Amino acid sequence: MSELDAETRAALAELLLAMADDEFVLGFWDSEWTGIAPILEEDVAMSSVSQDEIGHAKALYELLAGLSGEDADRIAFGRPVDGYRHAALMNHARTDWAFSIARRFLYEHADAVRLESLAASAYQPLADLAVKMRREETYHLLHFDLWLRRLAEGGDDSHARLAEAIGALWSDAQAVFAPMAGEACLVAARILPESLEALRARWLERVIPLLEASHLPVPAATDRPTADGRTQRTDEFAWLHGEFTMVSGSEADATW
Amino acid sequence: MVAAAPSRESAVWAALAEIADPEIPAISLVDLGVIRSFFFEPGESGGERLTVELMPTFVGCPAIDVMRQQIGEQLRDLGLADEVVVQVTFAEPWTSDRITPAGREALRSSGFAPPMTIGSTFGGDSLTVLPIATCPYCASRNTTLENPFGPTLCRAIYHCADCRQPFEAFKPV
Repeated sequence: MSELDAETRAALAELLLAMADDEFVLGFWDSEWTGIAPILEEDVAMSSVSQDEIGHAKALYELLAGLSGEDADRIAFGRPVDGYRHAALMNHARTDWAFSIARRFLYEHADAVRLESLAASAYQPLADLAVKMRREETYHLLHFDLWLRRLAEGGDDSHARLAEAIGALWSDAQAVFAPMAGEACLVAARILPESLEALRARWLERVIPLLEASHLPVPAATDRPTADGRTQRTDEFAWLHGEFTMVSGSEADATW
Repeated sequence: MVAAAPSRESAVWAALAEIADPEIPAISLVDLGVIRSFFFEPGESGGERLTVELMPTFVGCPAIDVMRQQIGEQLRDLGLADEVVVQVTFAEPWTSDRITPAGREALRSSGFAPPMTIGSTFGGDSLTVLPIATCPYCASRNTTLENPFGPTLCRAIYHCADCRQPFEAFKPV
């Protein structure tokens, strides 16, 4: 691909920031399970998955830094609460295990659909990264599909908690595919090979049958997400932001 | 006649083969297959530059910076070029199939089951994660997958029902 024009560059930066923030914020939320997951194996698994996500975020922030000339760490840790662009799905605290599993299930499938499409991106560095990340995400999908079934079929309490969490997160999960200002530009340049709405339709085609197979209620509303799906921030996220910026914020110009 | 001096290329490979993986020191970076290529080219300062392309096993592998530093030090000590640059690349994905036969044996003899071969069949979700692996201690296949996630991103945990040992396997990826 030849040199990107200013409009395309801005649109690509918006996409990279959205994806990086999704992975970064979810990685931080779920790393909170380290030491307190229901079983020891899950301590290890959730920690490993979170480390994958933060690693993916780092690679995406570095792509963005290469584009904008900024510093990747500064992008990751140097923004105020309302500067983050993760989907509303990542605005919530980890809550209980069923809630965290519900979120991971909804997100992993959304991420898989997004990466499959981006593997054919005309922006080669992003396509290369998507190809590599997909191989790792395979393990996440297997793991959280299994956990969904385990909780859904495990007993009345776990089934009820999971059903409630899916219902509570459903609308915010759509926001992974919230429209972006530069979307038309990205699609025209084949940087994003398909529209976000086409990706959302594919995601629904995957998650709904899995929910039905586990006898979980499928929330009725699948309204198209609105543009504020990546800009609204919550007190819960503000708290997490305070946690993950604590060290970098203590010495603003330190080198690491 | 004297024997020809070894080429610069073989000197670089030999130097890289001396660097152990920081997380599994039994295997070298060369046998792990993380060196994609290296090349000599004119550097910006007028001298010659040696660039090494390093492929992370996992995108978030925290050992990458250590590897990068060790490669740089080792190759600078060789004095074959005026500058040495180590470039992390995703231009082609590292896969566990890149581990050499010697690397697989080094893993096995230090208690890690080598990853099963994936071949060219990977199609996203179709990567099959086998519930069994060959026990590196007693070679039994009577094993079960305990956890597809382990102490580092690239490792999974199994249990052998015959020698009753838990063991780790390098994940196919």
